[in-house]
Amino acid sequence: MDQLLQHLLNALILGSTYALLGIGLTFIFGIMRVVNFAHGELYTFGAYMVYLFSVLLGVNFLLSIVIAIVLGIMLGALLEWVLLSRLRGADIDTTMLVMIGAWIIMQNAEQLIWSGVAKSIPMPFPEEPLSVGGVSVAWSRVFVFAVAILLIVGSQTLIQRTRLGKAMRATFQDRDTASLMGININMIYLATFALGSGLAAAAGALLGPIFIVMPTMGNLAVVKAFAIVILGGLGNMKGAALGGFVLALVEELGAGYISSGYRDAMGFLLIILVLMVKPTGLFARTERIG
Amino acid sequence: MATLKRLALAASMLALSGMGAFADTIKIGINQPLTGSVAASGTFITDGAKLAAQAVNEKGGVLGGKQIELVIEDNKSNPSEAAAAAEKLISRDEVVAMMGAWGSTFTLAVMPKLEEYGVPMVVETASSSKVTSAGNPWVFRIAPTSEMEAKAFGRLVPKFEVKKADFLVVNNDWGRGAADEFGKMLKAQGVSVGLVETMDPAAQDVSAQLAKIKASDADTLFVTTGFEQLSLVFKQAKALGIDRRTITTGGSQFPDRLAEQLGGAADNSYHILFFAPWFPEAAANPDVAGQYIDMWNKSGFDKSGLSDGFRGFDAVTTIAAAIDKAGSADPKAIRDALWAVDVKGVNGNIKFDKVGVEGSESGQSSPNVYVIEIKDGKLALPQI
Repeated sequence: MDQLLQHLLNALILGSTYALLGIGLTFIFGIMRVVNFAHGELYTFGAYMVYLFSVLLGVNFLLSIVIAIVLGIMLGALLEWVLLSRLRGADIDTTMLVMIGAWIIMQNAEQLIWSGVAKSIPMPFPEEPLSVGGVSVAWSRVFVFAVAILLIVGSQTLIQRTRLGKAMRATFQDRDTASLMGININMIYLATFALGSGLAAAAGALLGPIFIVMPTMGNLAVVKAFAIVILGGLGNMKGAALGGFVLALVEELGAGYISSGYRDAMGFLLIILVLMVKPTGLFARTERIG
Repeated sequence: MATLKRLALAASMLALSGMGAFADTIKIGINQPLTGSVAASGTFITDGAKLAAQAVNEKGGVLGGKQIELVIEDNKSNPSEAAAAAEKLISRDEVVAMMGAWGSTFTLAVMPKLEEYGVPMVVETASSSKVTSAGNPWVFRIAPTSEMEAKAFGRLVPKFEVKKADFLVVNNDWGRGAADEFGKMLKAQGVSVGLVETMDPAAQDVSAQLAKIKASDADTLFVTTGFEQLSLVFKQAKALGIDRRTITTGGSQFPDRLAEQLGGAADNSYHILFFAPWFPEAAANPDVAGQYIDMWNKSGFDKSGLSDGFRGFDAVTTIAAAIDKAGSADPKAIRDALWAVDVKGVNGNIKFDKVGVEGSESGQSSPNVYVIEIKDGKLALPQI
């Protein structure tokens, strides 16, 4: 019984970080339809920025996370401005190839700057875990869970309740009409990509200290993020969040009760099943954006 | 006409000078993971290899005055990259011998290339029995097999009073091989083996596996993986409230770094190593060990790399000795000479025995094995 509870708790905590990865990519892939292979590099970037500020420069840990997110937003805006703004209206393959190029360049730059050897970031939380009954969880993971939930709710609110969110939804539903209604669509593209990038950097900034930071850490993260977005239904913010939790649960229980060797395969097996049964995603109602 | 002649002369001089430079150095290929999931270890082993090359060159090089030159390739902690790196080292750089390729899976991926081109390789880290049982006569291993490691550790099992053991290993030839060999050894001593859990080499979250292990009634957990993942295992085990004696295998654990980074989370753990730089007097050749430690510290390399860097040092020392013994830089002659080397290494004396398939045997030396304990956040030789 304790083992099951521990697995469920693990899944809840891991799921929150998957959800965070998923909603970041929902902005970029789900809403903008940019197949962004560089998403994982924004994740890596966030982690290295926390390492730079908190470990090398001695800035306060929480402040370092905030700085990392802000820099992630700026890097995302830069990518959009330099690369994507020139590709407006280009087909999805062209954009995808450009983003694969960006991914390779960024990953190699990280290797050049930080070397391939993994870094670890100490966290200012008590070493003793929080234990209730037979189950335990590290304080650092409780912190990550709380921040991830905050960011997920924040994103959902932004897209549903603010003028900016409304403009985003309008722009990606019908760019020409939105433009005719007086929406500055270039600004909207920039803002959406920057926000999605910021969320990826946030995920990296939160998870980097829990795990270890290395240049290739984004590779698995980006594959999982795509899986989560597809699982939840393209462009569906709630779906992506729930998809993250479902993926974590399947991985956790699969590894715990079936086979740990196939842990990552379990998640992808689930996605194949979902695509066969409900190709629009687990939580998609109709093909609608927002 | 005169211009053309001068040009031809200049060109031939250039060609000659190029050849001269080529003939003076002898190239040894280094195939190591410098990036990716086991980069820390591969980087230190490469550092150790550089020190050995420096030591050999300072003493006048090989073959009566020729300098050795290391050509270093990154195999990115990936078996297909390891094979590609070997191909490049042999066909483009024309190395006469190689050292590599860290992991068993990487090494197994490289081995067909050795046979194809006829170049010997000294295997410095890989421990899967498959490496030397495949019938590849170009492979010379100075690292202990998992079986040798298990046997050496077996002497301590009665003192540890292990009743039941679980395994958590990286899901590749190294990890699964270690689980098999240690499992066999424990069963032979009447210890029961419980769970055998695996983790993907690139996995960062192993809480699911650990939650399962937490629920087990075993008294000891054996873990086999590289330093990066090992530090995550200790951190996450602590977070799940697992407080169990842990024994790590493989020799690439950097216990000093674990103790420093993890503090109390690494207490009550034992680490099977092949060189313990904190206790050089316990080494088989204290003078060689001392020289290696001095060179390492003078070069300003990270101290925690000493326990793994010696592999590169010993491997390149062995290759250099074989080149000298061969009396030529021909790969086949070097291969034949490797059978005759007797080198005083940091780990101990390196001499190859014939193992594997009869008629196409691979070389295997008999390295020493050490056990280090982390106690109250410090390293100790276990008092048992």
